[in-house]
Amino acid sequence: MGNTEQDILIKIEGLYQIFGKTPKKVLQKVKDGASKDDVLAQTGHTVGLQDINLDVKRGEIFVIMGLSGSGKSTLIRHFNRLIDPTAGKILVDGEDIMELPQKELTEFRRHKMAMVFQHFGLMPHRSVLDNVGYGLSIKGLKKNEWKPKATSWLDTVGLAGYEDQFPSQLSGGQQQRVGLARALCTDAEILLMDEAFSALDPLIRSEMQDQLIELQETLHKTIIFITHDLDEALRLGDRIAVLKDGKLVQVGTPVDIVLNPVDEYVTAFAKDVNRAKALSVATVMTENTDKVLGTTVREARKSFPENQSYAFVFDHEGYKGILTKKTLASLQDSDSLDGKLLDVSSIAPNQLLEDVIPLSLNTQFDIPVVDKYRQLIGRLEASKLADVLAP
Amino acid sequence: MALLMANSSWLTEFPDMSRRELLSFRQTLDGAYRDFSREYGDTIESLFDPLLSFLIWFEDLLISTPWWIVLGAVLGLVYYASRSLKLSAGVLVSLLAIGYFGMWEDTMRTLSIITVCTLMSIAIGIPIGILMAQSDRARSIITPLLDIMQTMPAFVYLIPVVMLLGIGKIPGVIAVIIYAIPPVIRLTNLGIRLVDTETLEAATAYGATRSQRLFGVQLPLAMPTIMAGINQTIMMALAMVVVASMIGVKGLGQPVLKSITNQYFTLGLLNGLAIVALAIIFDRVSQTYAKRAQKHLEGSNHG
Repeated sequence: MGNTEQDILIKIEGLYQIFGKTPKKVLQKVKDGASKDDVLAQTGHTVGLQDINLDVKRGEIFVIMGLSGSGKSTLIRHFNRLIDPTAGKILVDGEDIMELPQKELTEFRRHKMAMVFQHFGLMPHRSVLDNVGYGLSIKGLKKNEWKPKATSWLDTVGLAGYEDQFPSQLSGGQQQRVGLARALCTDAEILLMDEAFSALDPLIRSEMQDQLIELQETLHKTIIFITHDLDEALRLGDRIAVLKDGKLVQVGTPVDIVLNPVDEYVTAFAKDVNRAKALSVATVMTENTDKVLGTTVREARKSFPENQSYAFVFDHEGYKGILTKKTLASLQDSDSLDGKLLDVSSIAPNQLLEDVIPLSLNTQFDIPVVDKYRQLIGRLEASKLADVLAP
Repeated sequence: MALLMANSSWLTEFPDMSRRELLSFRQTLDGAYRDFSREYGDTIESLFDPLLSFLIWFEDLLISTPWWIVLGAVLGLVYYASRSLKLSAGVLVSLLAIGYFGMWEDTMRTLSIITVCTLMSIAIGIPIGILMAQSDRARSIITPLLDIMQTMPAFVYLIPVVMLLGIGKIPGVIAVIIYAIPPVIRLTNLGIRLVDTETLEAATAYGATRSQRLFGVQLPLAMPTIMAGINQTIMMALAMVVVASMIGVKGLGQPVLKSITNQYFTLGLLNGLAIVALAIIFDRVSQTYAKRAQKHLEGSNHG
């Protein structure tokens, strides 16, 4: 994942949305910095979005988060021009979609983007299968052409056998799976998800989040995900944009948002986050690669880190356990380390803090963080963990 | 000012137009309209010729076909639409009773004119309703017109129609349609406007064109409401049968009219009941049909 310019798939520049009778006339006033309330009082116009600038990289999950009324659902409707902005540019693959005439806009919608809606937006008069194939059928494909694809996507989201049901016969979670399958079935590169999981109950919501993450690992779509739930944003987002009263307050990685909120608004959001569920080990660990390499006492004595009362022991196969200085002192040079090590498990950098809390509580030692190449990359200190979890 | 002060009768009496002025006002308008109808009446009447010949053909068809074939066809239609044996049996009994009391021919005439009026109302009304749903301006123009059509006493708009086209079937059909078409227009508009915005947005987001949205999403989802409008239209058309008979439309309305002038209570009652029977048949059949067609929309919404 490079950060070069060509990796940017969607770019929004100077986007304004003003609702009212003559928004263009009010625009200058808003650009000059008049507040939302003043504009409403003086002109009767509502400022929906002001001066939105953002970049979405190819293949990332970009979460836009805000409370109701912050303009997030309005913003996502600009990506495929369900709403036209008062001013601003929306570039997708370098092409300004504001310039597209109606016919090309329709083509753009058919091929580039798919959308998942909060209340599913399914067609109640079409069967589940016909809903999934909707995007392809309005492109003019015959049913026998799109049916195999729709069936396989339905299977992927776990709804095989429901083809001939109608949406009203399905539960909320199942309906949203149909919505997801419909979006994936068009092969669009960009997925717009407008509070896609907000109407679902917590258990189903978390299942759907897992499913999305799992799908994304193989699909690498560019996903714009709208939510009011920071936990969800932290869980799904590669980057998060926080929207307040139609303005972007902060754009950053999940850790940025939680640990370095830019203002009170984001702080208030971040305060209620269950950090144990939101942050991974990598964000909290202390980078340190001091270790003992070898399986004999002699080797251990040679490589034992100075000023430490214990060390992590590795051999060519990977992590073995913890060796205390005291134990080492009681051993002869020729002894093997077998059976002398303390058994403390290692953890991976992408594990959630939630998963490692019990480990940390069960031992007085730091916990070694080992990457997928079995190399030590750092240690998790209990005191730091405590600091992060209870700021 | 002085004149007003001197003549203060406007305080006690409404300062109306003088009789003479009113008379000439009326005469001018009436004269103009009479000239118009003399000039163009025949041309306009000839425009309706295809409709008239269809009406006559359809009426003849219903009357000249042996009664048991018509009865069989009606029952077949009723059963096809409703899939209900009970309803079909009810229709059979009421039609047999109508025939037994000697009202078969009049009932067939009424049936034919109501069918034609309903079909025309649907054919004209649904496109107008769609137009109203898609443009707020169209709605603001059409709504007051519909209000006038529904509240203006039928006799008032019968006068110009009769002046223009004389008495007969066509003026009757026009009068019935004017009276009966508003519900289907209103409810088509309403039904389309009530379509869930997210569902419509979904169609747009996946690249549906205007006509794909209309025929693929809006009309199918508005159908229950539109069906309710069609149902109302049929009921109102039946209610106009007696009024239409005043301008020469034959059918169940004429015996009722005769009974009023001659105080034939039983004749009036029987023909009235026949109209009611027709109304109930139309109503139940169209409703069960609509219900059956929209079954998937109800579904148990578990959550």
